Amino acid sequence: MKKNELYTALRRILPEDAVLIEEEDLRPYECDGLSAYRQLPMLVALPRSVDEVQEILRLCHDLEVPVVARGTGTGLSGGALPLADGLVLSLARLNRILDIDPVGRTARVQPGVRNLAISDAARSHGLYYAPDPSSQIACTIGGNIAENSGGVHCLKYGLTVHNVLKLEVVTVEGELVTIGGDALDSPGYDLLALMIGSEGMLGVVVEVTVRLLPIPERAQVVLAAFDDVEKAGTAVGEIIAAGIIPAGLEMMDRLAIRAAEDFVHAGYPTDAAAMLLCEVDGSNQEVSEHILAVRELMQSCGATEVRTARSEGERQRFWQGRKSAFPAVGRISPDYYCMDGTIPRHRLPEVLKRTTELSREYDLRVANVFHAGDGNMHPLILYDANNPGELERTEELGGKILELCVAVGGTITGEHGVGVEKINQMCVQFDAEELEQFRALKRAFDSRQLLNPGKGVPTPRRCSEYRLLRAGKGGGEAQEVGRS
Amino acid sequence: MTGDREQKILEQLQDAAAEGTPVCITGGGTKGFLGGQPRGIPLDVSGHRGIISYEPKELVITARCGTPLAELESVLAGSGQMIGFEPPAFGEHATLGGTVAAGLSGPRRPYAGSARDFVLGVRMLNGHGQNLRFGGEVMKNVAGYDISRLMTGAMGTLGVILEVSLKVLPIPALETTLVQSRSPSDALDAMVNWARSPLPLSAACSDGERLYVRLSGAASAVNAAREIIGGEPMEEGEAFWRDRVREHGHAFFRNAGPLWRISVPATATTEMLPGSWFIEWGGAQRWLRTDLQPKAVQAAAAEAGGHATCFRGGDRQVGVYQPLSESLMRLHRNLKQAFDPQGLFNPGRLYPDF
Repeated sequence: MKKNELYTALRRILPEDAVLIEEEDLRPYECDGLSAYRQLPMLVALPRSVDEVQEILRLCHDLEVPVVARGTGTGLSGGALPLADGLVLSLARLNRILDIDPVGRTARVQPGVRNLAISDAARSHGLYYAPDPSSQIACTIGGNIAENSGGVHCLKYGLTVHNVLKLEVVTVEGELVTIGGDALDSPGYDLLALMIGSEGMLGVVVEVTVRLLPIPERAQVVLAAFDDVEKAGTAVGEIIAAGIIPAGLEMMDRLAIRAAEDFVHAGYPTDAAAMLLCEVDGSNQEVSEHILAVRELMQSCGATEVRTARSEGERQRFWQGRKSAFPAVGRISPDYYCMDGTIPRHRLPEVLKRTTELSREYDLRVANVFHAGDGNMHPLILYDANNPGELERTEELGGKILELCVAVGGTITGEHGVGVEKINQMCVQFDAEELEQFRALKRAFDSRQLLNPGKGVPTPRRCSEYRLLRAGKGGGEAQEVGRS
Repeated sequence: MTGDREQKILEQLQDAAAEGTPVCITGGGTKGFLGGQPRGIPLDVSGHRGIISYEPKELVITARCGTPLAELESVLAGSGQMIGFEPPAFGEHATLGGTVAAGLSGPRRPYAGSARDFVLGVRMLNGHGQNLRFGGEVMKNVAGYDISRLMTGAMGTLGVILEVSLKVLPIPALETTLVQSRSPSDALDAMVNWARSPLPLSAACSDGERLYVRLSGAASAVNAAREIIGGEPMEEGEAFWRDRVREHGHAFFRNAGPLWRISVPATATTEMLPGSWFIEWGGAQRWLRTDLQPKAVQAAAAEAGGHATCFRGGDRQVGVYQPLSESLMRLHRNLKQAFDPQGLFNPGRLYPDF
């Protein structure tokens, strides 16, 4: 497919400002939040309507041009990495909130609406949208659907998949289908669960209806410092075992605490080995009851310091430190690489211990930020891309950490998605037959393999090469994952 | 022992595949009434039972498909936990596998989530007899397509569920049921309005004359909400929700004739169709007794933004679930093909087409 031919065809559908072709215009689309992977797309299309999206997909289907859908590009796994011979389909201009129903507690929005904008629009009705990924100021709901995004509140309020009722999806053939519905369930297979987290490989979402929740009467947070990571891990289990489901339960290690404290001055205990933030929400009385219980549990687990936020401002600051942890680490290192494995929580001490050993082995610092309540770890590997070979070492260390997560019964990705980044580790988590089932499922939606090809599910060839590579021999495709 | 059971299931499946005869997957035999008429050689998986792992602090339990629901519930209760979606059993022999395959949820559903919301992982056999594991035992897992949730509610048409991992919840410190005399439309307004406030609701239904509300949570929260909601406390609240609502022991469900399940937005009118109604799930699940033709019931449900299922006692030949649009049906057929190309599993149980 020639670039000019596609451009001409697209221009029959779209106005001039909706198709980008010049290199300087394509440049901003060359990567997503995982900037180590870059690739200029052939073209970028910026439709303003569902009709336009349908026409673009019909055209690409006829011409067999691969399509990579994109929101604001905050993804962390290279899920929106363009293809040299493909079209980037930006949904950023479909950015209207179509309807807020305060009585039925739903919001109907276009895919390019930012996550936080939904809660902002619902607030005057006493409602909010629960999933709150750290990028919520910038990330779009369409991207959240693609990745099944989580956030710090998902132990209690669930992931994207638990908070979406209905999607309007354009199939690869350009057909508009409704998946899910306005009721709590719909007939037939649960295609909604299948679409959510499918990384743009099954269809293009053009409208989303989310469920809104009443804003809790009160939220309060307890900060606890520990001189030992294991004690902090034990405290997490004890809180859950006591029958309390915290709204958020986060852990940071010393390196992350110090980086965050230097950055936002949240008042964190910088000499602690680990710190827990435990938020409980609900009715006023319930919060008071649970805060007391949480404080006692933290102390009995050996916390060296336990603090309850004294004001709403302090509560916000405690959280701001956590939510800024990634950029904070970015200040103490030229580059960092964020991992996303999930483990059964009781395996935390051994995983952290092994991570520390690996960090020494590879001579790279690792800061740990951890959604402790649900076992989702975000080790941040600190590196300097200007040092020859350091990125490669970082990726290898990252791969080892993910494989460690699989080995203890966890998963390579809790909320960031597989994308291009973790595609090799898919060969570790799943066997050949399981991967083939994924491919068969993909064909049910996209027989020509045009929607975001090369992401999410590895080819058999890639897996056999990666296995060879792991066994210490050379490998082709597995090493050259679209990096430039 | 367990390996033997699994091997036996696989051999039976392979025999069926060799002969091209479909199988009818059965567990405790409690949900044979649901969906299309069961067809095929019975593939009994009820012997494949037992809890594989349970870590109360992880809020996760993994068990084999034939494990009785009652056994799971009693083990969980021993650690102060429960199955969050309060699944209907419809008989003492109900199994975990059947519960997940049927995808039914009980009174707690609108407030705590549905069966699929709690499914974290499955091990299954597909139509090629391949033993596959998807999802896992962790709350957050986005590696690969979400096949474990796809299996939930698929009525066994995509494969044999061998094992399931479920997220579980702590049993609330206190539960109280309140009763008020209210007309159905009054009751519905109240249920919808309460759900707009951060109240610890965990069930709400109207039997036509009375409104029943259950509150669950910390004692302080429940007691505070009681003041706001009002009504008479119900002594036998626990049994009411379990036996009469969840298990359909209420007189409404015991009448003869077709029982329709109408799933609509909670805000849908109570004047949808003539007939006798039992409103559940805070308005989102409604049960209807009517002599109207299936087409009329399904058209009205669609008009109201939802769908209708002939749950029990209707003509199972005509299709009990709301028909899908042609494009959705094509995706369904493609998916069926992707998992079970020979059409071995539970033919006609979900839709007459496959």
